Amino acid sequence: MNTPRVDSAPTRNNPIDHLAAAQKHSSLGTIYRIILLNLRHPWKVTAAIVATLIASGFQLAMPRLLGAAVDQAQPLVGGGAGAQAALSALWTTALIILGVQILRGLFTLAQNYYSEAVGHHAAYELRLACYEKLQHLSFSFHDRVHSGDLIMLGIIDIDGVRMFFATGLVRFVLLGTLIGIGAYLLISTDLLLGLLSLSFVPYVAWASSVTQLSLRKTWLDLQDRMSHLSRVMEENLGGTRVVRAFSASQHELDKFDRSSQHALGLAHERVKTRVTNTAAMNFSFFVSMGLVLWFGGHKVMAGEITVGTLTAFLTFMTILQMPVRQLGLLVNSFARAATCGSRLFNLLDLELAIKDAPGAKDLTVTEGTLKFDNVAFRYPGANDNLVLSGISFTARRGETIGIVGPPGSGKSTLAHLIPRFYDVSGGTITIDGQDISKVTLKSLRKAVSVVAQDQFLFTTTIENNIAYGNPWAKEQRIERAAEYAQLHNYIAGLPAGYHTIVGERGVSLSGGQRQRMSIARSLVLRPDILVFDDSTAAIDAGTEQRIRSAMKKFSAERVTLIIAHRLSSLMHADQILFVEGGEIVERGTHEELLAKGGRYRALYDLQVRPSDDSTPTEAAQ
Amino acid sequence: MTDAALEEDEVHKGKRPPRAVVGSHRPDEEVFGKAYDPKIVRRIWAFVSPYRGQVAISVTAVLVFTLSQLAIPLIIRFAIDHGMKVDGLDSSVLAWTVGLFAAVILINYAANYVQELVIGRVAEHVLFNMRRAMFAHLQKVSLNFMDKTEVGRLMSRLQGDVNSMQEFLETSITSVGDIVLLFGIVVVLCTLDWKLGLLTMATMPILFIVRIFWLPPAKRAFMYAHETNSIANGALAEGINGVRTVQSLDRQRVNFQLYDDKAFENLRSHLVAARYSQVMVPIVDTLTGISMATVVVVGGQMALNGHLDVGVMVAFLFYIQRFFDPIRSLTMQYSVMQRAMASGQRITEVLDVPLDVTDKPGAVDLPRDMDGSVEFQNVTFGYRKDQPVLKNVSFKVNPGETVALVGPTGSGKTSSMALVHRFYDVWEGSVQVGGKDVRDVTQDSLGREVAMVLQEPFLFTGTIIENIRYHKLEATEDQVIRAAKAVGAHDFIMKLPEGYKTKVEQRGGNLSLGQRQLISFARALVADAKILVLDEATANIDSYTEMLIQQALHVLLQGRTGLVIAHRLATIRNADRIIVLQNGEIIEQGNHDHLMQKRGFYARLYNMNYASFDDIPDEAIPAAQIGAAT
Repeated sequence: MNTPRVDSAPTRNNPIDHLAAAQKHSSLGTIYRIILLNLRHPWKVTAAIVATLIASGFQLAMPRLLGAAVDQAQPLVGGGAGAQAALSALWTTALIILGVQILRGLFTLAQNYYSEAVGHHAAYELRLACYEKLQHLSFSFHDRVHSGDLIMLGIIDIDGVRMFFATGLVRFVLLGTLIGIGAYLLISTDLLLGLLSLSFVPYVAWASSVTQLSLRKTWLDLQDRMSHLSRVMEENLGGTRVVRAFSASQHELDKFDRSSQHALGLAHERVKTRVTNTAAMNFSFFVSMGLVLWFGGHKVMAGEITVGTLTAFLTFMTILQMPVRQLGLLVNSFARAATCGSRLFNLLDLELAIKDAPGAKDLTVTEGTLKFDNVAFRYPGANDNLVLSGISFTARRGETIGIVGPPGSGKSTLAHLIPRFYDVSGGTITIDGQDISKVTLKSLRKAVSVVAQDQFLFTTTIENNIAYGNPWAKEQRIERAAEYAQLHNYIAGLPAGYHTIVGERGVSLSGGQRQRMSIARSLVLRPDILVFDDSTAAIDAGTEQRIRSAMKKFSAERVTLIIAHRLSSLMHADQILFVEGGEIVERGTHEELLAKGGRYRALYDLQVRPSDDSTPTEAAQ
Repeated sequence: MTDAALEEDEVHKGKRPPRAVVGSHRPDEEVFGKAYDPKIVRRIWAFVSPYRGQVAISVTAVLVFTLSQLAIPLIIRFAIDHGMKVDGLDSSVLAWTVGLFAAVILINYAANYVQELVIGRVAEHVLFNMRRAMFAHLQKVSLNFMDKTEVGRLMSRLQGDVNSMQEFLETSITSVGDIVLLFGIVVVLCTLDWKLGLLTMATMPILFIVRIFWLPPAKRAFMYAHETNSIANGALAEGINGVRTVQSLDRQRVNFQLYDDKAFENLRSHLVAARYSQVMVPIVDTLTGISMATVVVVGGQMALNGHLDVGVMVAFLFYIQRFFDPIRSLTMQYSVMQRAMASGQRITEVLDVPLDVTDKPGAVDLPRDMDGSVEFQNVTFGYRKDQPVLKNVSFKVNPGETVALVGPTGSGKTSSMALVHRFYDVWEGSVQVGGKDVRDVTQDSLGREVAMVLQEPFLFTGTIIENIRYHKLEATEDQVIRAAKAVGAHDFIMKLPEGYKTKVEQRGGNLSLGQRQLISFARALVADAKILVLDEATANIDSYTEMLIQQALHVLLQGRTGLVIAHRLATIRNADRIIVLQNGEIIEQGNHDHLMQKRGFYARLYNMNYASFDDIPDEAIPAAQIGAAT
């Protein structure tokens, strides 16, 4: 049986490469899928291809017309009525030339425009599909795949696929027509001259393909080296204080030089490959032309062909020169589309690890009771030990559960299981008796809100950030949430108030303010279960106390889970669970646990009464 | 109707929520400057001039190349008119004409090769030097400037601007060729037959005029398309970086709609841009058609009457197919030049940032056997005129002593620390290390004797061992491991997949804050300086790691002079002496017990019973002051 690839599959080392290596389809299969994608716009595709055929037809007609004009202008025929006829023939040819040029221009416009349009439409659809997919892929996928790689996928790979129709498919049709029909016309006019004028084609086609492929390879290498260089520069500038603290600017300059020279060497190589090749292609073209001139000249002298025919041959050659050189670009376009496409399709084909079960119903919250029953968890794809095991507890509406334990004990993981950021590996989590894996994700996540340790601050107004989970929320509700989170006074004091832009390019907030913002975000949602995942660490104890009292009424109507390492954050909880090594080792109220004199007591002593503790220095003395 | 139901409904109707956006976008800085600015050209030329010999070779090659291109139709014309007399049995003229053709194409080949290769190399070298000059300059500019300037902005100077200079340098040679080609064609056509030549070229000014009108709106369309691209990509990046928040707040649906708006605008703007760029095709083709028709009718008639050689007509037809190319690329080159001038301007701006702190002429190395004392003598210092951050501060840290600097935010702690390392120069007074004024010694030697640990542990891309060793490349693996063991980092390092060879992810993403802290301690230990200046992390670290850090700190300070900006009570209590700063002045000093007995500001803050001084809310500080005053 074929096991579907689940989105947690990629390994840690080189996720995108891994995606590419796991490809299901060959290059041809990828190209086929891209073509199918383009065919979603059948009229535009047809328009582009028909316009291409017509435009190249007009282009092929041109050398003959010019040749005819040259012949009509031969003075030898001259004399009396003949001259009159010749003149009108010249007029006719001239008008035809003009008409053909205009039509060729218009059809080329159509060809270029429609082929670009098809590409842009395909890119638009792919963008949306990728965005949708990335938004829904589970946490474990995003844990493993570097965000920068995904962003590049959305930029560079989509571009590679976008370009395919215009630079690959349409160019293929264009080159095929021009070279095929052109060759036929030339050879059928005069075998020897025809072959001579085409003699540069095989060499140039081969050379440009080989060169383009090697340029592509060195280009990718060069990108790598350049990104190394920019990392060196970026880190240096970002860490300028460290650099100066160690007086290490010489060391940094050496790093820069090494990285820069490394890239420079490759850049030189690229220039050389490209130049050598262009020069050689030009030369081979001119050699063919010289041969046509030599043998054609003899034929003209022998009276076998006219000067007009020779002109037509020479013009044909200039027309063919460009498309033949572009064969290399064509090959490149196919190669690029195949790799970019396979990366994209690999992403789009991933199955969501966390999604609604078939026939899932909406969660209905009545009592608001959260129950963990013998829950176990290990990270998907990892065969190592369980991160959590045997976790059982019940929390009723109005209750607060505190969870504490050393770093790495699995506290945060536990919080992530409730909204199904990860699925349990054993046991069940239920809300009012409904297994959370059997209800719809949307209804579950509406009922459960996790205030994360480090929430993302979007670059927009404070108001928009607080209302992130419910952008329809009324102003009043947003302000109320900010008041609860003890953030309102600060915001009201800002010149632009709730319309102040924060985030990467706005006013920067301190760690504590960011955490309060996250709290406000969750409060706007009024969830049935509210989980604080170590989300008050940067908030000072006094403010935290005020948040707690402001929320008293709010907490009475829902289940609250507080994960913290500062005991003052959770001492008041109805039940405290001490988690170590993925298991609950102690449970009870603050007083009970203190009296017990176990792990909790030890932590309490360490934190709350530091003056009684013999500190390392004193111990050393 | 509940909010949720309402929301569903509105989204179905295609309405967008009132308070939702995806992505943020800052428009690019003004990209176009003057097309020619002599001052900037002079500055750029300073980078090019070391290679002027090669530039000369390249320009010569371009001239030769262009002239040989021009000669080819002429040779064909000559062959047709003089080498191909029908019934002519003498092929000697044809033979030497073709021979000439062969010679010209060989020259063409060589010139083509030389021009591109040489200019390509020159451009790469010039860029390398330009980038290096900027980068080296940024190593020395004042920290004030670095603090005010986003790294992203500097990076776009180092990359984007340098790249547009590259484009400029490479294409400028091509435009020399284009200009020569354009004039060459005009000259050749007029020499062959000036009347026919002028008639044929009558379309050229038309193209110029059309392009002048076309260029501004087209450029706007191209730039807008470019901008919508970065908008859509920015929104995508935001969606990926914030995916956990998006999922936990269930915003996928709304975001998708908003993203769709942006992606669609991107599609639309690209289609507009495509129309602009393609509309030139039929115009150029029509103009070419008119010129060709003119040659056929007028030239043909002249040929019929025997006033013109047929070969000349053929040559005309060949030239016509080429003469719109240079016009097209020259008008494009104009934009490249504008962009390059703007970039050149920004590059020179970076190079012109003044250096505040430099080695004095005749600065000496700080002797390795100096005693390790640090002394502030009546130091006054600030970042902005008339706003001193430190006011007449004097204190001395004796060799081997540990002094803790404490005080509320903005009291001048961090500034004092920066002055020891001479990140800035004092306004008045002096800072002395080992009895020498820091302004009289070389910065390198000062850096060797004063190690610094910053609040935010900064790790570089590379392995753990490279990070601990940092610039002390001569430190052996053994030394590194010893340092890591001393600060208690060894155990967790060994648990990492590849131990000391484990690669640190961007900014140390695969390590916890506490672990990064310990690594930066180990780095300072390897640097082995007599004086250690340390800014303790304020961020909350769990109690377990906290304990490790306290132990490490103890090891680090052993046998060194220590100046610690302390936030944690444990650190403060263990210091030999505590200096309390407020508003740039020393208000109290002494050891913990002494200060507690004094019942001043320090005692007040301490008694508020916060685990760290940074936990004290701003509102509480005035209370402590009042308390201290009474």
